[in-house]
Order: sequence, then C-alpha cells, then structure tokens
Amino acid sequence: MPSVISISKLAKHYQVPEREAGLKAAAMGLIKRRYKNVKAVDEISFEIQPGELVGFLGPNGAGKTTTLKMLSGLLHPTSGSTSVLGYEPSKRSHDFLRQITLVMGNRNQLSWDLPALDSFDLQRAIYSIPRDEFKRTRDEFIEILEVGDLVQKPVRNLSLGERMKMEIIGALLHKPKILFLDEPTLGLDVTMQRRIRTFVAEYNKRYGATVLLTSHYMADVEALCKRVIVIDHGKLLFDGDLSKLVEKFSAFKTIGFTVDSAATDWSQFGDVVAAEGSRVTLRVPKEKTSAVTSRLLNDLAVEDLTVETAPIEDVIESVFAVGKDVVE
Amino acid sequence: MKRYFDYYTSMMKISVLEQWQYPVANYFYMIGMIAEPVIYMVVWSSVATQQGGMVGGYTPGAFAAYYIVWTLVRQMNIAFTPYGWEWRIRNGRLSTTLLRPIHPLHEDVAFFAGWKVVMIILWIPLAFALSLIFKPELNPTLLEGVVFFVAIWMAYLIRTITLFLLGMVTFWTTRVSALFELYFAAELILSGRLVPLSLMPAWVQELAWFFPFRWAFGYPIEVLVGQLTMTDMLIGLGMQLAWVVGGWIVVNLIWKVAIRRFSAVGG
Repeated sequence: MPSVISISKLAKHYQVPEREAGLKAAAMGLIKRRYKNVKAVDEISFEIQPGELVGFLGPNGAGKTTTLKMLSGLLHPTSGSTSVLGYEPSKRSHDFLRQITLVMGNRNQLSWDLPALDSFDLQRAIYSIPRDEFKRTRDEFIEILEVGDLVQKPVRNLSLGERMKMEIIGALLHKPKILFLDEPTLGLDVTMQRRIRTFVAEYNKRYGATVLLTSHYMADVEALCKRVIVIDHGKLLFDGDLSKLVEKFSAFKTIGFTVDSAATDWSQFGDVVAAEGSRVTLRVPKEKTSAVTSRLLNDLAVEDLTVETAPIEDVIESVFAVGKDVVE
Repeated sequence: MKRYFDYYTSMMKISVLEQWQYPVANYFYMIGMIAEPVIYMVVWSSVATQQGGMVGGYTPGAFAAYYIVWTLVRQMNIAFTPYGWEWRIRNGRLSTTLLRPIHPLHEDVAFFAGWKVVMIILWIPLAFALSLIFKPELNPTLLEGVVFFVAIWMAYLIRTITLFLLGMVTFWTTRVSALFELYFAAELILSGRLVPLSLMPAWVQELAWFFPFRWAFGYPIEVLVGQLTMTDMLIGLGMQLAWVVGGWIVVNLIWKVAIRRFSAVGG
C-alpha cells in the first residue's frame, strides 16, 4: 500500500541572531550581526501508511511541532522532500489543505464571543461542505463528545477542556484524511483526556484517517499508538512499534510482592520504590530480573509477585539519554 | 463563485454577530473617529465665514457635506491594520488562517465587510445629528448615488489590499511601525482626509493621482458631493479598478515569497 506521508531527509534550519549581553555587544551588533544556525529538524525520514495512528515523541524543542508544521504546509523545509497524500505541503494547494487538519493544544480557531455552532457554520463555508452532510457530521461529533449542552454557549464561557472539544469538532468537520495532532490534551484533566483519546480512536476507525500525534502524556500514546517515532535535537532516534521501544530501552523492571518478614533489608535486591506494610516494590536492572526473582522466591515467603516493565515515561527518558541514531 | 459567496456571507455573519456583542464599545470607537472630521469641519467653516463665506469654492455647507460624507467613507474603509500582523503571527491566528483552503486576504475583506454593516447602522443617527447641526449642502443625483455606492466598496478593497501589502513587511522584519507611520502620514495628506484635495496645491493634486490614497478616500466623497463630471467619475472608477486588480496581482506575487519566510512562531 502506498504511503500517505513520506518524508526523506527533511530538514528545517533557522538563522538565529545572537550576541553577548551589554551595551558594547549591542553596539557591535549594529555593525556586524552574528547568527547561529539552529537545526530544528535535521534530515529525518519516515513513511506512514493509510489509517496508521503514530505517536510522535520527543522532549520540548525536539522538533516535533516544526515537523508537523512542515507536513501541514505552514513551514517551508530547508531541504529534503515531503509528500502528504501525494501533495507537496509547502505548495499549500487548496485540495491538499481540504484533506488535512492540524490541531494544536494552544490553537484557537473558534470565535471567542460566539457559540461554537456559529464557528462550525463558518467551517462549513470554508470547506464547502454540503449542508446535509455538515449537519450530519456536526451532530455526530457533538454526540460522541457529549457536548450538546455546550455548543450554544459563547466559547469564552467554556472551560479549557470544553473548548478543546469544540476545537476538535471544528477541525474535523470537513472529515480530513490526515490528522496532525499537536498536544491535543494539553492541560486537560484525566477524564477529558480520555474522552478526547476515545474520540480520536473512533474517528480513525470510522473514517480510516491517518493520525500523527504528539503528546507529553504517555497515556495518550499508549492508548492510541501502536507505532512511535522518537526525535530529539531534530534527529530521529527511533521508529517502530511501541512494544519494541519498551523492550529495547527499558533498562529496569519493577518487581512487586507481598511478604511477611518486614525487617529485611530490601536494598540488597534492588532500588526500593516503595515498602509499605507487607507490600514491597523494587526496581532492578533488566538483566538481573530473573536472578532477583529467584532469590526472592527461594529465600523468602513471597506472595503475589509481579514483574512489570518500567513506565513508558522512564523508557522514553532512556531513549533520550542514549541520544544516538537507532532507527529501525 | 458560489463557494466564495457562501464564504463571504458566512464570515460577514460571524463579524456582524461578534460586533453586536459590543455595541457600546463600537459606538465609542466611532465617536472617537468622528471627532477628527468635526474639528476639520468647524475650522474650515470658520475660515470660510471669515473670508466672506467661501474658501476655494467651498461654503460652510459644502464643507459640512464633504466632512459628513467623510465620516461614512472613513467607516467604510476601516481595514485590518498592518500593526495587527505582528499580533496575529504571535498568537497563532495566522497559522489558523493559513491552514484554510482560502487566501487570507478574503478573510480580511469578508470580516471587515461584515463589521461595516454594524458600523453603518450605528453611524446613521450620528450622521443625522451632524446634519442637523452643520446643515450640509448635499443634493446628489441618482447616478452619483450609484457611483458612490460602487466607489466606497472599491475604496475599501483598495485600502485593504494596500494595508495587506504593508502588513506583509512583517515577514521580513518585526519593527515596522516607523514605515507604517510614514504610510499613514502620506495617506492623511494625499487622500483628501485632512483637507479636500481641491484645496491643496496643484502639485499635490497631481501627485495624489499616482497613489492609492485618493482612490481609497477622497474620490468617493467627491462623487457624492457633486464635484465630478461624468468623465471624472468614470475615470475614477477605472483607476479604482486598476488599483484593485493591480494590487491583487502584487499581493499574490509578494505573498508567494513572503510565506516562505513565515516561521509560525506563535503556534
């Protein structure tokens, strides 16, 4: 199946002026300006198949948003090639823009003073959506996100989470084939995050849309994405299944168990994460997991023993710590 | 064409609904704007009275007509200011606009066209009050009325396009207020806003011919107050059309270069 998103050696460099602090440096800056070349995105390549839900991960300033902006046609790449649905995004053809959407956690496309319904109608006109189809889609989304009682309130009177739901409805009314979601659950509470995740998953299922998602909430990524792409300092660090990422970069495992002998020095087995009453949780290096488990079972009257991989947040941290090309 | 009609009516509707949320703020905004021509009107009427009832062919009643029509034309040519470009880049509004399959100029034209509907409704009682106080000599023919109606919309388009062009300078440098000030100073003198152009020296009038300012401001006023012949009116409409078409072409040419420089810093 041909890829819907294909990028090859995509790069975005910025010339950023820099100078020392102080008057002398400012005066010198008038005569000769010094620039620093910042590689926001540094020759990354990947392909995404139709209908895939891909997590795009990286710390702040890694180049995730810059990449999404290049893929949606907002930014011109410095070099490399990009193809989204067969279009070159930077040409910003109207046919291309009609088939994509970019949702950013801080974006505001709704009119602040009016009920969201009015802004939805403007979206209909912008994307030339036939009225019947528009009404059907709008009502369907309103129902899934359970916002029927909110769409008639001025947007300024909605909470952050409620506004985000409206933003998402507005961004999807034209039923885009590609969704670029940049921190769509930023600042939302757990319930609201879950509802938005469910909606994205439902949209992907119903319309076969391709989703590229950035999020600092690993729960978003775990719930939605089988595949993840990890970048840092503009470079691609990992591209593959989330499970493989965990397997490859999870340096530690967590062993939890219940035991009667509370007086034991648990640090001889590994790092003590918690020891409350008879329940103990230890963190041990992955390669020592079997040995430690055997010792615990042989030497002590241990019950309810569980071995778990490290939380995904820790795994991602390990990937950034490695910081070299490990593209799969 | 149908698509653009639908977009324009929808965007104008949004603009009207938004502006009706703040009628008092809009009224104060308009009163602030009307203070300027009222000062000009009072000063020039006094000068005319002191000089035997006329200055350069203008009686106090003619000045009143000029400046009351001025207030309407000024409302009509309110457009997105170039100062706003930095704001819309920083808060991410430009990114939102750029993701839409429609040229951003259409958004500016449609939004401010809707705003005018509200402003003109609010303007009517103020114009009535000004007419009662200053007694304008205003007797337009039907033809002048029709040409004026076309001319004020063309004036609006010219000003929107030129301010859009000026705003695009923001893509190259962010501190452009000095350039904007220079533009607005030239507009004040060469448009007929400060003084009717017919009272200006001949060389200023000739210079004004080659700039967009007159066609975006003074010309529609001159049409309605009856200062132009049929030929002058037609030439004026032709000049307006040339500025709109030429401006649109230049906007598109520069836009293609400018957009490559966009760094979407605000989101």
